This record gives sequence, C-alpha cells and structure tokens, in this order.
Amino acid sequence: MSSASEGLKVVGTRPIRPDGVEKVIGRAQFGADTVMPGMLWGKVKRSPHAHARIKSIDTSKAAALPGVKAVITAADFPNIASEEAFVGEGPMNFRDLSRNCMASDKALYDGHAVAAVAATSSAIADEALDLIEVEYEVLPHVIDVEEAMADNAPVLHDDLFTQGVEPKPTKPSNVAKKIGFAKGNIDEGWKEAEVTIERRYTTQPVHQGYIEPHACVVSVAPDGQCTIWSSSQGQFMVRAYCAKLLGTDIANIRAMAAEIGGGFGGKTLVYLEPLALAMAKKSGRPVKMVMSREEVFRGTGPTSGGVIEVKLGAKKDGRIVAAELVLKYQAGAFPGSPVGPGCMCGFAMYDLPHVKITGYDVVSNRPKVAAYRAPGAPISSFGVESCVDELARELKIDPLKLREINAAKDGTKTAHGPTFANVGYVQTLEAAKNHPHFNTPLGPNQGRGIASGFWFNIGGESSASCFVNEDGTVSIVEGNPDIGGSRAGMAMMAAETLGIAYERVRPIVADTASVGYTFLTGGSRVTFATGMAVTQAAQKVVVELKKRAAMIWDISPEAVDWRDGMAYPAGQNAGNFDPLSLADIAVKAGRTGGPITAEVSLNAQGAGPGFATHICDVEVDPETGHVKVLRYTAVQDVGRAIHPSYVEGQIQGGVAQGVGWALNEEYVYDKNGRLDNPGFLDYRMPVCSDMPMIEAVMVEVPNPRHPFGAKGVGEVPIVPPMAAVANAIADAVGTRMRHLPMSPPKLRAALDSEPMKVAAE
Amino acid sequence: MSKHHVTTTINGEPAEYLCEAQQTMLDVLRDELGLTGSKEGCSSGDCGACTIIVDGNITCSCLMLAVEAEGRAVTTIEGVADGDTLHPVQQKFLEHAALQCGFCTPGFIVAAKALLDSNPNPTEEEARYWLAGNLCRCTGYDKILRAVMDAAEVMRAQPAR
Repeated sequence: MSSASEGLKVVGTRPIRPDGVEKVIGRAQFGADTVMPGMLWGKVKRSPHAHARIKSIDTSKAAALPGVKAVITAADFPNIASEEAFVGEGPMNFRDLSRNCMASDKALYDGHAVAAVAATSSAIADEALDLIEVEYEVLPHVIDVEEAMADNAPVLHDDLFTQGVEPKPTKPSNVAKKIGFAKGNIDEGWKEAEVTIERRYTTQPVHQGYIEPHACVVSVAPDGQCTIWSSSQGQFMVRAYCAKLLGTDIANIRAMAAEIGGGFGGKTLVYLEPLALAMAKKSGRPVKMVMSREEVFRGTGPTSGGVIEVKLGAKKDGRIVAAELVLKYQAGAFPGSPVGPGCMCGFAMYDLPHVKITGYDVVSNRPKVAAYRAPGAPISSFGVESCVDELARELKIDPLKLREINAAKDGTKTAHGPTFANVGYVQTLEAAKNHPHFNTPLGPNQGRGIASGFWFNIGGESSASCFVNEDGTVSIVEGNPDIGGSRAGMAMMAAETLGIAYERVRPIVADTASVGYTFLTGGSRVTFATGMAVTQAAQKVVVELKKRAAMIWDISPEAVDWRDGMAYPAGQNAGNFDPLSLADIAVKAGRTGGPITAEVSLNAQGAGPGFATHICDVEVDPETGHVKVLRYTAVQDVGRAIHPSYVEGQIQGGVAQGVGWALNEEYVYDKNGRLDNPGFLDYRMPVCSDMPMIEAVMVEVPNPRHPFGAKGVGEVPIVPPMAAVANAIADAVGTRMRHLPMSPPKLRAALDSEPMKVAAE
Repeated sequence: MSKHHVTTTINGEPAEYLCEAQQTMLDVLRDELGLTGSKEGCSSGDCGACTIIVDGNITCSCLMLAVEAEGRAVTTIEGVADGDTLHPVQQKFLEHAALQCGFCTPGFIVAAKALLDSNPNPTEEEARYWLAGNLCRCTGYDKILRAVMDAAEVMRAQPAR
C-alpha cells in the first residue's frame, strides 16, 4: 500500500463501519422489520404450472372471507406499453416487468404470480389464497435453453420475433435476440493457427441466494401519496418502476431504503412493491408483504444458465490467434438475459487479433432472470477459462504463462470496442505467480487450477450532500443502499477530503425525497461514482470553509490554506492569524453567511475495469466424487482499496458464491416444469465447513478518474471461480468437467467414464 | 380457539405473552414482542438467521413453537450485549468487518456466543462445523471465522463473567 507515502490519513485504513453496532445488536431495520399502524398482511397466489393459459380467476370467495381487505389480479394494473426501461441493472421492459409481477393472460413459469390478497392477519391471507379459484388451460412447456430454441418448441410469446436476424422472421420464436460482433478476420485466424481446440460447456441457472427474502411495507394515503419502505438495491429504482406500473407520478411516491439483507443483483427490480401498492390503494390500509424462501426460489430471478461453445486457435508458442465464442443464455420467461455482457467479457482478458462472438437471448418457462454479480460474465468465462486451460495442456505450456503471453494490457483494443487504459490484469498474473500458494506442493488426488476474470464496472448518476453541523461534525447524505459497508467508504472519503477524523463524519442513506437522483447499488459503482459525488461535495465544503475563514480574518479566500481540517493563512503576506479548525468555523457559520453545506449531482464516467486471477487447490475423493476446496487465493486489481477489509470481503464473498456455483448449486425441475428444490436444504449453498480461508490479494493500479483511484471491486471476484475449480479438478484427477455443477454424482459418473490420472488407492 | 398464555424468561427478564398454538417462537419474537433482531431467512431451519439460545442450547426459533418457551430461558440477539457493553463476539465482528449486509449477523453472533459458552477454545474446524447451520452469502465466512476465533481468545483472557 502506498497510501502513507501519498499522505492519505483515512483512505486505506480499516475503521469500524458507521452502521456496524446496530447490525451486531439486532437493531438495524431490514425490509421486514417495519410496521405501520393498521397494517395488513399481503400474500401472493402463484401458478403451479410451468406454462398455462389463465382462463378465469374467481376471487369472490376470497374477498368474502372476513378479514380480507383487498384481492387483486392483473385486471387491477394499467396496461403498460412495451417500452425499454433503463432504471435497473440490465435490460428490462416495463410491460414485461408488469406481467412478471402479475401474470395476465398466461402463467409462464411455476411460481408466477396470478393474484394477491391483503388481510388483517397472515393466517387469514393464507386462507384467502386457497379460496381464489383459477381456471388454467395447461400448455406444453420448455425448460432447457437448446430445447427452447428448437423449431418445434412451445412458444411462450406470440409477439416475440427474433431480433438481429435478416430477413425479419415471420414466425414467433423463443429466441428473443441474436447478437454478434467481431474483430479482425476469423477465417484468417484459423489459417494462422497451428493448434485448434473446440469445446462445449454448460452452466445451470443459479440464485443470488441473499439470506433476506424480498420484503416491503407500503402505504397509500387517500390523496394518492405513496410511501414505500422496502429492501432493494435502489430506492430510486423502486420509485421509478412503481410509478410506471401503477400509473402515477414519480412525485407521488416516496421510497425509503431499508437495510438490505443481500442482493447481488437480485434486488435490482421489483416483485412485491407494485402489488402491495395496489392493495394498499384498494383497501385504504398499509400493506406488508414478505416472501417465503420458497417464493424467492420460485418467483424471483436467478441468473441464466447457458451453453458456451468455445473455439481457440493458437501458435505452438502459445499466442492465441483466433477465438470464437457462441453463447446461448436462458432469459427465463421474458427476454433480457445478460448474454450481451457475457459476449463482451468472454475474451476481454486477452489481446487477440481475430475474434468472432455470437450470442442468443432465449426465453423458456423459468422465472425471469435477474442480475447476479457481473451478470453474464461468469457463464462465458467458465467456458473460456476452462478452454484456455485445456489449450495450455494441449500446448504443454503452463496455464498462467499462457495467460501472460496473451494478456490484455494498456492499449489493447477489445473485441467489443474500448481500448484499455490503466488496467491491471498483467499485475494480477504477476502477483499470482509470485504468491507462495502458486508453488506449494500438492498431495495425491489434489490439484491446482487458475483462472482469470474481467468485469467492466460502471459509473453513472449519483448525488450526495455534505452538511457541516454546528459543532463541526459533518453529515453525509447519499442515495445508495449500503449492501456491504459503503457507508464506511463514504465517510472515509469525506473525512480524508475535509481533513477531519473519520468518527466526526456520519453518513446516511436517504430516501428519494431527501437526496438527488442516484442510480441503484449495482455494477460495482457505489464507491466509484457515489464516492466521487461525496468527495466533490466535501471539496465544495472546503472551498466554503476557506471563504468563511477569510471572512473571519478579513483577507482574501485565495490567501487561505486548508490542511488537516484547519484553515491557515497561506503565508507571511496573508497575515498572522491563529489557525481555525472546522469546528471554529462551524460555530461562527451563522455570522459568516449561514449554514455550510454542499450538494453534488454527477454522472460519473471512466470506471476502471476490474481484472482478477484466482488460484484454487482442491482434493477430489474418488470414491464419492466430493470436491473439497483446500486453499484459495484471489488476486484482484482494485484500483485503490478505500476500506481494505470491505474490499477483501467482496473478494471473499464472490469466491464463495463462485464455489457454490461450481460445485453444487442448480435448479432441479420435474417433468411438469415444477421446481423441485425451492429451499436451502436442497439448493445447496456453501456453508462454513465447506470453505477454507480465502486469501484476498489486492493489487492497486489506481484509476485516475476517481479522486482516490478506486475501481469497482464487487463483481469480478465471482467471474473466475467456476473455471478455477474445474481446472483444479482436471489437474487433480485428469477428468475435465465441462458441465456445472460439478456435484459429487456428476463427478463420480465422469470418473467412472474416464481413466483416472491418479489411481485411487 | 383460545390463545395460550406463556410465561417465560427472555434475555434475563420475565416475559409473558399470548400466542396461537401454531405460532413459532420466531413469529412471537418478531410480531408480538417486537424483537425483530432474529431474522427469518427460510422458515425451515436451514439458514440460522433466527438462531436463539434456549436453556443453553442453540435453536432455530422458526422450528420452535412459541408455547414451548413456557418456563424456559430464552436469549436473543437483543440480549447478547451487556447493556451498552458489546459482547466480545459482537466487538470482534465489527473489528474484523465480519458482516457485509448484516442480515445473517444476529444468528451468527448468537450461535458463536453459544459455541464459546460451551467450548472456550475451539479449533477452526470445530468452529466451522458449529457454525455450519448458519448461512452467510456475503462474506465467504473468512472474516466471520477470524472474528469468532479472536473473540474466543479475548474471552479466554478475561475473568469469567
């Protein structure tokens, strides 16, 4: 760390987060923790069918049950025109979102909402759900992505015609979109190649797995003023979607950010809030809705599963001269898989002359996918990074060396367009190679895999205010739900800028009426973009503080210096005055022009992309097919770690999610298209005893566009693990696993069908 | 059907409440008593976010009927700190940044306290298996383990409370 040499006093240290104490004593208010007077309990009736026409819904018996105050169906929502929305993360269409929140003519997946009730107790609401009579005409369904692409597949949407193909199709299809781009001339590339390798990989949809189910409490006053208290990754996102889906003005909605119990992208859209609002309006009472875990699995978006076809052509010296990628991503019931970013991230780590990439966005009878940490990238990268490993073995070149030979660096023109600047991929490879882990000997049935990952990171719209309080303490107001310690980062950047102690700055996450528009918490943008807004607000306050000191001393503001939270005369000529602290100036603010505050709203550009290289050691039990992760080291270019503990935490958490994705997590559907494992017992996420310590190694290649050099850190850590684990398994037992999850029965079966490199004793 | 009257002890203080036969302890803590520190993540005993201590044993309060608290002593996250003095596990969670979203944190802290009450000197492996009933999706468990092991060390150095 070079913080000390650059004179940073707060940035780079590890203070306790401002919201920490209330979270360790159980007092933090999450989505389900709020009550309102006269509150009703809302519940959702969900389709038991994967694909069915809704012929009729009779709500009369439910509505007649004593205690039931509102029953709603799609008929209670305005018809929304098809319109692209840009308020959440990833592609979304307002009409699709409305239909996803409440099915209209068809139920498109097991768990699709078809009606909802609000009643005076949770038990009465449950009873009322059973009284709602839905008449379905069950339709043929399709779950698998390639089956959904087939000509004879059941079609989900009669009005969905494949975009991106010429001529425009005349027949509706489950393929929503075909995308593609290229660099160089792929045919030239194949001619130049001396070794060619072509492989097919698959991944399964996986859920973000946040421990807090979706929850909200809403109120609609008789004058139409709505208050929403909910757990989401963006209160402004909730406000925008609800305004559109309910047909009301944005100014009529005030959305509060509850503490959020995990999101990972899964809380970048709405499910319950529009329903609760419609029922609050209908009943005249506040409504609380909380999903069960089963509802979270059946009714909310995982990320896509996909098919990844990779073809690589290389010279014998290891230079990759041609690379082709075909991606087929499941979008769930409505278009909008992250196949676009999947395509762009696939080869972004490498400097390649000839590239061709094609992607398909495919609907099927599954929940509509939602963003999940680096949406799209982990899927394509599992294929690419596994294939690079297979190529390395074919070429008999060390896999890390092969990556060094082909690594993207400053000046590399990517296949998807941008030319890299200030990127740290090579540095992550260097740090991995020099880490003791890389050369530690392995035992029998043990193997080591490495894999790398790329994620864009984004900036975007953020607002922040900085208020100097009467006693010289400072309040920071910003608009991003704190999903992993961002309040600490904001307070640290403000304290650093102002030159005061971290403890004298209190950050708050404000509601939509109390801070300027702020794009949601996602895209690894908060420390970069909102951190920039906070820093600029603090800088404006410093300018004002110097002006006030100048006024007190009756000198020119240019003759005032600001150092370590104090105003000093800039030199001999400025005059001989005792320095004034921020508190000294604050207490006199009323006499020098009034309160000292600043607001900044900006659209941050220039988020530096993130690169990571992971080293994973596993031990395979040949008898059971169980894989134990023995050791894990994750190297990442973080730009500048504002609060290193929370940066490490992002890296470690991403790794654990990736290990679950690699080894266990998947959706299991029965032959009727019903989800068979909608609970944590059968959807097996990693627990404490599954994981080793995860060493996070931070490489710092500063981002010049951020005041302290920060790059986004939250997403790229989930990109490499699946391939790192697969490569380690291949290294351990010589068996290449190309299909996720690499669960014990699947690995056991693969071991049976392939000769093992290391014989079991 | 009439409600059941339950007399119990919660966080060292006498408590009584009325509940339905089918209400869980978690329902009563959260909805009747306003103790919302215990969280509901699954209602099936898989995530541990609702962990409480009942007569010294860690229990998923979502799997316990509220009537079962009759005559027992219940500790929830709200009772782990001693007034305004944090329990060493709480303090170490803060110092090690062992929470990100903080939703699983109450359950982890209660479970870790119960571990250290019964085993003041756990190995890392013992701690990992003890805490395997608590799901965390943010941290990868690394910093949680470090916090618990550090808290154990601090508690061993302290005179018994």
